[in-house]
Amino acid sequence: MKKLSFKQKYFAFPYAFLCVVFVVVPLLIMLYFAFTDFEGAFTMNNFMYFFTESDTQNVLWRSIGIAAIATVICLLLAYPLAYFLANSHFNKYAVLVVLFVTPMWINSLLRTYAIRTLFEMIGLERGTLAVIIGLVYDFFPFMLLPIYTTLSNMDKSYLEASYDLGGGPLKSFTRVTLPLSVPGIVSGVLMVFMPAVSTIGITEMLGNKDVYLFGNLINDYLGEFYTWNIGAAYSFIMLILIAASMLITNLFGKEESSVGGAL
Amino acid sequence: MRNKTFKTVGWIFIALMLAFVYLPIIILIIFSFAPTSKAIGNWANITWSADLYAELMQNEGILEAIKNTFILALTSSTLATIIGTVGAVGIHKLKRRPKAIVNGMSQITVVNAEIVTGAAFMLFFTLFPRELEGFPALIIAHTIITMPYVLLSVMPRLTQLNPNLYEAGLDLGAGPLRTLVTVILPQLIPGMIAGFGLAFTLSLDDYVISKFINGDVQTISTMIYSATKKGIPAVWRAVSSLIFVVILVMLIIMNMAKRKKEDK
Repeated sequence: MKKLSFKQKYFAFPYAFLCVVFVVVPLLIMLYFAFTDFEGAFTMNNFMYFFTESDTQNVLWRSIGIAAIATVICLLLAYPLAYFLANSHFNKYAVLVVLFVTPMWINSLLRTYAIRTLFEMIGLERGTLAVIIGLVYDFFPFMLLPIYTTLSNMDKSYLEASYDLGGGPLKSFTRVTLPLSVPGIVSGVLMVFMPAVSTIGITEMLGNKDVYLFGNLINDYLGEFYTWNIGAAYSFIMLILIAASMLITNLFGKEESSVGGAL
Repeated sequence: MRNKTFKTVGWIFIALMLAFVYLPIIILIIFSFAPTSKAIGNWANITWSADLYAELMQNEGILEAIKNTFILALTSSTLATIIGTVGAVGIHKLKRRPKAIVNGMSQITVVNAEIVTGAAFMLFFTLFPRELEGFPALIIAHTIITMPYVLLSVMPRLTQLNPNLYEAGLDLGAGPLRTLVTVILPQLIPGMIAGFGLAFTLSLDDYVISKFINGDVQTISTMIYSATKKGIPAVWRAVSSLIFVVILVMLIIMNMAKRKKEDK
């Protein structure tokens, strides 16, 4: 047994090797580009552009704002839907959940193209509103699935206990169901906000020049080889933004789950 | 009475959300039979025909892109399944710290924004000869971004595995490698299939990373993405409709098969 496990762990080597060569090294190269100029000399200028140009900062704030609005709308639609689907009246129709998560398996650009066709038909102009609806449309299943999973796995005896102790339906919901579903909400929020804040395809397909987001900015800088360095620096800023939103939601999620654990 | 209201409200809400999800797809399929430039106007004035589908069958660029998409998805998800499964078997046996390090590296591409991963790949491949652009770079990139999902699907099955299985294999005289292949591997197959499915879909979906490194190889996703700037030709309505229908039918069949298996 000992001899076997000794050998077996070497199976991790190819995987780890590929991760180092094709994940870590490219990110380090990106970092190198971010801190050098066109000639390859060390510089901080690529980052300075971001901090000195208010236009660029506005692009970032707009991205965060639009992604946040789309995330909130997703949550407001997905939570009640997940609540109904997990309820005993509806959960016998398993096909309903399948119907709602099926779009996750379809190419997101093609789905965006589909909603663009609908917008064309009803005469909705390209712009901020179209982009927000497009984001909700594309990422909605990613909010629904985690919330649905936590709600349907919830131990119903907590609710019964709440009713037995005299809590009405509203109070039972706000004091029991909602806190217990926080882990699902947290992962849903992350799974919608992070792709939304860095999207390029949805804005290009549904937006106009008013909805130029941070992903588009990075994309345009990377498109011209003499601005690669700035593109690399902005990618790095995006990376930090993502790491920060992970950390924030992690802290939030942990705190809440420890409350749930104390129940 | 209260229950009845709850049920009615629930059904109405579910129906509205289903309409929101499927209406655009249905509209697109309807307009795939209308060879007009835009999906607007008086429906009575539209001459319905299958012209767009005929056009698709003659459009060599799109047919080539469809072929490329499937070659790429099949190759990269097969590679990802092999590397991810072998990796999972090894990582499972690592000590706490090395395990945390490998898992951490593996998660980077999962949580990272696609545009950042794409930027990193693009800059990385500029260090290599141009010939690497196109299929070689695409296969490498798609394998790398999808293998963590195989790992995530296989790992739970490994941790749930009865540890006595190894010993039984060894006791019965099989060597360590043979035990792995004949006893452990079959237990991992459901996880491998799930991982392969995820990898395949993610590969089909990607354009953000692909468009930086595809050279002159076009996939469905990169092709429609580059068309957005010039205006998407109506023939794409036929392409999208076909893809929607194929995926919906596939998922329904898969679900029915799963249901049947569970019933047994």
